[in-house]
Amino acid sequence: MKTIGYIIQKEFKQIFRNKGMLPIIFVLPLLQLIILSNAATFEIKNIKFAYIDQDRSATSRGLIEKFEASTYFNVLDTYPSQALASSAMLKGEVDVVLEIPLHFERNLQKDKKGNLGIIINAIDGAAAGVTNVYVSQIIQNYNKSILMDVKELSDQQIKPVTIETIPLFWYNKTLNYKTYMVPGILVLLVTMITLFLSGMNIVREKEIGTLEQINVTPIKKSQFIIGKLFPFWIIGMALLTIGLIIASLIFNVPMIGSLLLMYFYTSIYILVILGIGLFISNFTDTQQQAMFIAWFFTVIFILMSGLFTPIESMPRWAQILTEFNPIKYFVEVMRMIMLKGSGFMDILPQLIKTIIYAAIMNVLAVWSYKKTT
Amino acid sequence: MKITNVIEANGLTKMFGDFTAVNAITFEVKKGEIFGFLGANGAGKTTAIKMLIGISIPTSGAAKVAGYDVFTQAEDIKKNIGYMSQKFALYDDLTVKENITFFGGIYGLSKSRIKEKTKELLEDLGLEDVASQLVGSLPLGWKQKLSFSVALIHDPKIVFLDEPTGGVDPITRRQFWEMIYRASSQGTTIFVTTHYMDEAEYCDRVSIMVNGKIEALDTPKKLKEQFHADNMNDVFLKLARG
Repeated sequence: MKTIGYIIQKEFKQIFRNKGMLPIIFVLPLLQLIILSNAATFEIKNIKFAYIDQDRSATSRGLIEKFEASTYFNVLDTYPSQALASSAMLKGEVDVVLEIPLHFERNLQKDKKGNLGIIINAIDGAAAGVTNVYVSQIIQNYNKSILMDVKELSDQQIKPVTIETIPLFWYNKTLNYKTYMVPGILVLLVTMITLFLSGMNIVREKEIGTLEQINVTPIKKSQFIIGKLFPFWIIGMALLTIGLIIASLIFNVPMIGSLLLMYFYTSIYILVILGIGLFISNFTDTQQQAMFIAWFFTVIFILMSGLFTPIESMPRWAQILTEFNPIKYFVEVMRMIMLKGSGFMDILPQLIKTIIYAAIMNVLAVWSYKKTT
Repeated sequence: MKITNVIEANGLTKMFGDFTAVNAITFEVKKGEIFGFLGANGAGKTTAIKMLIGISIPTSGAAKVAGYDVFTQAEDIKKNIGYMSQKFALYDDLTVKENITFFGGIYGLSKSRIKEKTKELLEDLGLEDVASQLVGSLPLGWKQKLSFSVALIHDPKIVFLDEPTGGVDPITRRQFWEMIYRASSQGTTIFVTTHYMDEAEYCDRVSIMVNGKIEALDTPKKLKEQFHADNMNDVFLKLARG
């Protein structure tokens, strides 16, 4: 126990003396949190909108006004022909072209039917999907108001039944993307920093030769490893704390669930990451190698964590792979506790898997650390 | 006085794939002796030392260090030996004092003992003035002396020195050997490798390794007689050139 204390003391001295490392550990992640949380949004604004109005009627102008009134669309221009509109889209000047055909108003009043053409730049499929929803919503709303007018004008017996859905958004009422992204990005920061630091730390001692000096002492493997990893465990918890403060102060992300539960889960989660880091450290000879391997896993873990893309839409085999992704569990738990207020029993499945993961990784790490060659 | 062997190697061999780095070396080192372990670069000295200090498992043969078996009792060996590697292996980003405290701590010395030892070592080394300086800022000669002291911090029975005076000026080299003699006079066995043949003359007994084998082992005086040479330098050249 005393021996571990000496190692921890030494590690902390080295970390706080390293003037190059300190800002990397504490300042960069927080900058990342602030920048990424603002940037990583699925909301689409300022869609470049153009139209071709061949009808030039009150109805068509009314529709275009609706688009002008929307905050999502930037009504840029009108084109006399489809060919010109197409070439503008090709140049990237517009994202959406609405084409209102000749006799649109007349057909609408006569046949109760009208056709509109919408062309959407779909290079980014997800963005195009969202744009489509926005466009459809505006047209539908406009349609409803026309229907009313038509009804009043003709006062016919046709009573159109409109079914309206009123969605209730739970847990994130205002559909604020930051509320959704901040907890996830916080997970990334805690993970990346602890993984890189622990992954490179022991390799560094290999490189400078001090590890050999340690290996000729009678120190026990477990003592050395606990002493080595404990400081990074503390750093991970400190990062979580600072991140949570920023989440609440800057982004107003609610903390509905138990803070204690979140810390409890994180304390175990970090053990998984430290175990992985140490494992990498044991199988590499230089910090460069360790860094590359750590990056490789981080990128896969992040992209398959459900942070940016929902796991439900991944192919079956990929969904199975995500079961081995610790970040996935942390993202889930973080969002559950912060946004839903989930309790201990709710996160139990994730907690159990994380505990098993931590146990396996750390046993592997201690086992693969060899004092002899 | 009963003379006991603190190191006994018998046919100790280390192979890396097909390459035999250390080829069945057999020798013993007596308690309190200064044992010179000579050989050209790549002769296998460092590999042999690593087996004796328990960080490299021998391929075959047998060896006992401080009475413990290198195969099965490596951790017991480590309690009884000190080691100073070829490459400087203290922490550059810790101060002189912090390095001493750290290594004292992981050898399991008590707090008061570490304090005592620190004071004693700093006085011996004349490093009191730079005790709070980062080790990285010290000249190489001082670093080497500090490494040697740290290797002795837990009063080991045997200390292994792998080219301790490489790259060090003649004055510091002399001081270094004074430290070695002092440690030896207190009963510590010294196992030292060097490329300086004048240093070989200071040893009680010397072995010369060529291509993984020990080709000669005796006192410097007898070796010179045996090879009809005036000094150890000639002995070494005759052997190493084959």
